[in-house]
Amino acid sequence: MSSFSVTEPSKRSKWFAGTMVVIYALVTMVPLAWIMLTGFKSPADAISYPPKVVFEPTLEGYVNLFTTRTRQTPEFLEANPPQTWYEEIVREYDMVIAGPSKFGERFLNSVIIGFGSTFLSIFLGTLAAYAFSRFKIPFADDLLFFILSTRMMPPIAVAIPIFLMYRQLGLSDTHLGMILLYTGVNISLAVWLLKGFIDEIPLEYEEAALIDGYTRFQAFYKVVLPQAATGIASTAIFCLIFAWNEYAFAVLLTSGTAQTAPPFIPTIIGVGGLDWPAVAAGATIFLLPVMIFTILLRKHLLRGITFGAVRK
Amino acid sequence: MAQIQIKNIRKDFGDFNAVKESSFTIEDGEFFMLLGPSGCGKTTTLRMIAGLELPTSGEIYLDGEEISQLPPSQRDIAFVFQMFALYPHMNVGKNLSYPLISQGMPRAQVKAKVDEVATILGIQDILKRPVGGLSGGDRQRVALGRAIVRDPKAFMMDEPLGALDAEFREHMSEELRALHDRMNATTVYVTHDQLEAMQMGDKIVVMNNAVVEQFGTPKQIYDTPATMFVADFIGSPSMNFLPFDGSVGEGASEVQLAGHNHGVPRQIEGASGALVFGVRPEHVTLSDSGAYRGEVLASEYLGTTQIITLDTPNGELKARIGSEQVAKVGEKVGLGFNPGTVTLFDSGTGRALRSDLNNEVLTHG
Repeated sequence: MSSFSVTEPSKRSKWFAGTMVVIYALVTMVPLAWIMLTGFKSPADAISYPPKVVFEPTLEGYVNLFTTRTRQTPEFLEANPPQTWYEEIVREYDMVIAGPSKFGERFLNSVIIGFGSTFLSIFLGTLAAYAFSRFKIPFADDLLFFILSTRMMPPIAVAIPIFLMYRQLGLSDTHLGMILLYTGVNISLAVWLLKGFIDEIPLEYEEAALIDGYTRFQAFYKVVLPQAATGIASTAIFCLIFAWNEYAFAVLLTSGTAQTAPPFIPTIIGVGGLDWPAVAAGATIFLLPVMIFTILLRKHLLRGITFGAVRK
Repeated sequence: MAQIQIKNIRKDFGDFNAVKESSFTIEDGEFFMLLGPSGCGKTTTLRMIAGLELPTSGEIYLDGEEISQLPPSQRDIAFVFQMFALYPHMNVGKNLSYPLISQGMPRAQVKAKVDEVATILGIQDILKRPVGGLSGGDRQRVALGRAIVRDPKAFMMDEPLGALDAEFREHMSEELRALHDRMNATTVYVTHDQLEAMQMGDKIVVMNNAVVEQFGTPKQIYDTPATMFVADFIGSPSMNFLPFDGSVGEGASEVQLAGHNHGVPRQIEGASGALVFGVRPEHVTLSDSGAYRGEVLASEYLGTTQIITLDTPNGELKARIGSEQVAKVGEKVGLGFNPGTVTLFDSGTGRALRSDLNNEVLTHG
């Protein structure tokens, strides 16, 4: 009996593909693992050479990330014994906790701005993509090209005009300003991706809904949207990743109220010497939301990322 | 249930004229076929009746009410799509109840109605199943169910059997016709399959190139085609066309082909010049004698009958004869035509000349 099959790959090629995937995963995951491990090291372990793979884990990095600390006289330390486990960690360096750091606020800013701009991009992008896909729009091709052309240079190339404009409009260092900015950058991607997904949905479904007594908007909302869910999910992930990781504009346009985590994390380095464990802890926490979001949507993402090629 | 009247309806897509001024009437309870080759405008016509396209000009009357510019939701017409268009994110039961929910029908009533329709179609067992995994036939039934569940005034069906495989089509077409007879609902059915149209339809409209070529019962369309297109499109093999130059006078009942006289129905309309002698293959007889002769080129054995291809002085001709008759390839045989069934056409316009045979049909159509 021959085991040859046209569609089923051979054992050897499966084994080869598996090995390649494992090697690739290792290459990409080692730096991530390194960051996560560093977050649990003591500052001394973090910079030791040769690097330590086995070490005694400590939450010092996380405590330092979320707090500000001051050095105190031995008398003061004597008089006030540590009350909590995190105060105890700080005590080893003859310090006391003076208050929370700004990390929590900055992280929250990232969440508001990242998810806010993602929502807005998807909302506007879906409506625009539906219109481009279904209606006869004069100069539709030119408009689509124009929308795409906003991506033809790096966004940072227009940093100075945007900086001046935001100053004038009072949008500098505001949540709204950052949400609008990231939406502006993401919307072209959203329109193009979503148009592709909506084009794939046969017109008959909407027509059936129209016949069944629904208005066009109801047909869009109840029939098209659920079917575009895959495309919307994958587009949302792309938008979120951009807005979440964006650094240059965040540095330029935010300094306080609306500062996001990416420009904040490096400032930790300057506060109390090179506190690598705290930086690593910040980076680890920063990674989590996108990771969770992606995992939640992965069912849609796997189908969506093929851009409709295997639908139907 | 309702009568649908189409008056001078026309549809343009930009510069492209999809349907030229067409008029016909679909009587209450009729199973009405829109037949034609792809691109002839039959689906556009159907979509205009349903409200998925708005006509450029002309009127559509549903029970006397002009509806041509109403949105589909206000027409009370159901539509069965060729690819079924079942909502993929809902299960069978939800698909069936969807048209009722839009009307704001109470829950209990919706459930009762869905159950009733499911019983009619024999799909009670699959109400909870997602539509994705259904077989073609079950999808078809669900699509039909979604159409009949709200008791619309009329049904539009766009090649509903086109997506099924041949074996199942036969079965489903019978089921569909039985369902129609049971509900007695006005149905407009688009197809490009002439056999399907003949089998199922009470009346047929034949369309070609955006124009209605003929409108009548299957028998009228088959026996007395109004144009060469209809004669060619209906029947398999289609009607034989023997071109000849000559003239035929008013009241004549004979024409001359290659010097031989052939009987035709008494002509009411005379013509001369390039004409065409149209005869169906089953109305051709083969004999040893006979002055008008042709050479046998090929024969196809079909069981009860056989199709003989012959070369005649007026071009190629197919004859359908009993399978017990012998016709050897290369042999010359005499040909006879059943005079009562012949239709003469004007070769330039493709129009049938009026005769005793078709006068009644053509006047009324």
